[in-house]
Amino acid sequence: MSEISTDLVRHLASLARIDLSEGELQSLTGELAQIVDSIAKVSEVATPDVPATSHPIPLRNVFRPDEVRPSLTVEQALSGAPEREGDRFKVSAILDEEQ
Amino acid sequence: MPELIHLSAAELAAKLASGEVTSVEATQAHLDRIAAVDGDVHAFLHVSDTALDTAAAIDARRAAGEELGPLAGVPVAIKDVLATKDMPSTSGSKILEGWLPPYDATVVARLRAADLVPLGKTNMDEFAMGSSTEHSAFGPSHNPWDLTRTPGGSGGGSAAAVSAFEAPLALGSDTGGSIRQPAAVTGSVGVKPTYGGVSRYGAIALASSLDQVGPVSRTVLDAGLLHDVISGHDPLDSTSLTDEWPSMADAARRGGTGEALTGLRVGVVRELSGENGGFQAGVKQRFDETVAALTAAGAEVVEVEAPSFEYAVAAYYLILPAEASSNLARMDSVRFGLRVRPDSGPATVERVMSATRDAGFGAEVKRRIILGTYALSAGYYDAYYGSAQKVRTLIQQDFAQAFDKADVLISPAAPTTAFELGSLVDDPLAMYLNDVTTIPANLAGIPGMSIPMGLAPEDGLPTGLQLLAPAHADARLYEVGAAIETMLTDAWGHDLLSQAPLLKEAVK
Repeated sequence: MSEISTDLVRHLASLARIDLSEGELQSLTGELAQIVDSIAKVSEVATPDVPATSHPIPLRNVFRPDEVRPSLTVEQALSGAPEREGDRFKVSAILDEEQ
Repeated sequence: MPELIHLSAAELAAKLASGEVTSVEATQAHLDRIAAVDGDVHAFLHVSDTALDTAAAIDARRAAGEELGPLAGVPVAIKDVLATKDMPSTSGSKILEGWLPPYDATVVARLRAADLVPLGKTNMDEFAMGSSTEHSAFGPSHNPWDLTRTPGGSGGGSAAAVSAFEAPLALGSDTGGSIRQPAAVTGSVGVKPTYGGVSRYGAIALASSLDQVGPVSRTVLDAGLLHDVISGHDPLDSTSLTDEWPSMADAARRGGTGEALTGLRVGVVRELSGENGGFQAGVKQRFDETVAALTAAGAEVVEVEAPSFEYAVAAYYLILPAEASSNLARMDSVRFGLRVRPDSGPATVERVMSATRDAGFGAEVKRRIILGTYALSAGYYDAYYGSAQKVRTLIQQDFAQAFDKADVLISPAAPTTAFELGSLVDDPLAMYLNDVTTIPANLAGIPGMSIPMGLAPEDGLPTGLQLLAPAHADARLYEVGAAIETMLTDAWGHDLLSQAPLLKEAVK
């Protein structure tokens, strides 16, 4: 059995910035434990002599000339913003109000 | 003109080119079909309100004598994972509901440049996570063969649209089978190109090392015609290949003569052939019959082994969630999409982000983000993500050895026919196993195709044959796929979708 606990899932959810309810935490804990048990077998064949593959078709570095090219206008870039102020994305406070 | 919707894209294009039919007529026929049946099928999340204008402009240019491309004026449906600046692009998620991207995906820009007519955006599992469209935030699509069943997923909307004759062509995306499995269970054709063969720019990313956009259609030739429009190098995608691709449509036409099968070395992958059970009896039966027919047609059928495939699903469900958890970090309530404030407490950006992602993501997306966060976290990285990347190498080696012995590999494209809506949605592991046949190709980056393989005797529902070729050899898939399509339809005396039950058209 894996060591997936509700506390671990709560921690992972905070890292992933998802405000899960207690009910979601409980059901996810059980589901994740089951999923992790079934996928942990990858380590059976991953011996040290096997190289890792991160990309299916290897490419060398892809370069292009450093030239100014057409890109989104400010209006286009801001067109989907939930809130804007002038030419900027408006976000909530970065720090707690008390600080 | 109801008969217009039953033409293949190639047949329709010929009638458009000769002037026998206008693009406005063809587009109107498909819009009428959508209006009549999509209440039941729910293939579309959005139907274009400018399609007829687009079609009229193309007709005018043709009338003026302008030289147009081979698919000019042909309607096409677009999976909602692709950014379209004139239609909302949600990837099936509440978090992007109503979002109008400020740019087109490269494949969409190429459709427009080739004068195809976008009909609308098709339904999908949220962020392409699923095998049934039941994880769409906007309700599931229904299989035109049996409305109580799923059309597969994640691209069930695109497959349902072409198999319900709502569109002759559609675009899909395939990360672990999302084009091929829906094609298999709806009796249509779907192709996942070689990784990097088609631009991913503007395809809302699920797992960047696995995602690939490809064509969905009712014939192999039609898929090849659409493939030719969308493929080729794109400087906006740094993983885009610089290959000079041969015409896939030409390859399909060559294959359609049937001669491609003589002397062809066909490898049956033992681990994907249902020898160890797990496949529906009727799927296995149709597959075995197809293998026998290939032998009779002069192909040399050999069995190949791929021992590492046993670990493919496990590796996939580590690599995909890891990449998805990173990619979906952009859904942060700042630059686009939903913003939800917490019910109580200070509305800091971090708390707004967490409340937004809780409200905007569905259960499967949350599950995979948490799983990916776990797989990438310190202390687990080597055991899980690192090991999964090594499995990827082993799978590539298995394919390399198999392609030493065979020109193409074949297997059933899905282990079962279409399953009932609701039957797997609460069992994530069972749902994941639906992709057991398709996942290895994504891990290795090779091209794959699903074509109709007949109806399973026990339920009368479509089965699909998967063909796999080495990376860069997409044209071989089209040549062989068209040859097998010809062999099978000649044996049946009709094409498979002509056997689909007639959908009841709503009274207008």
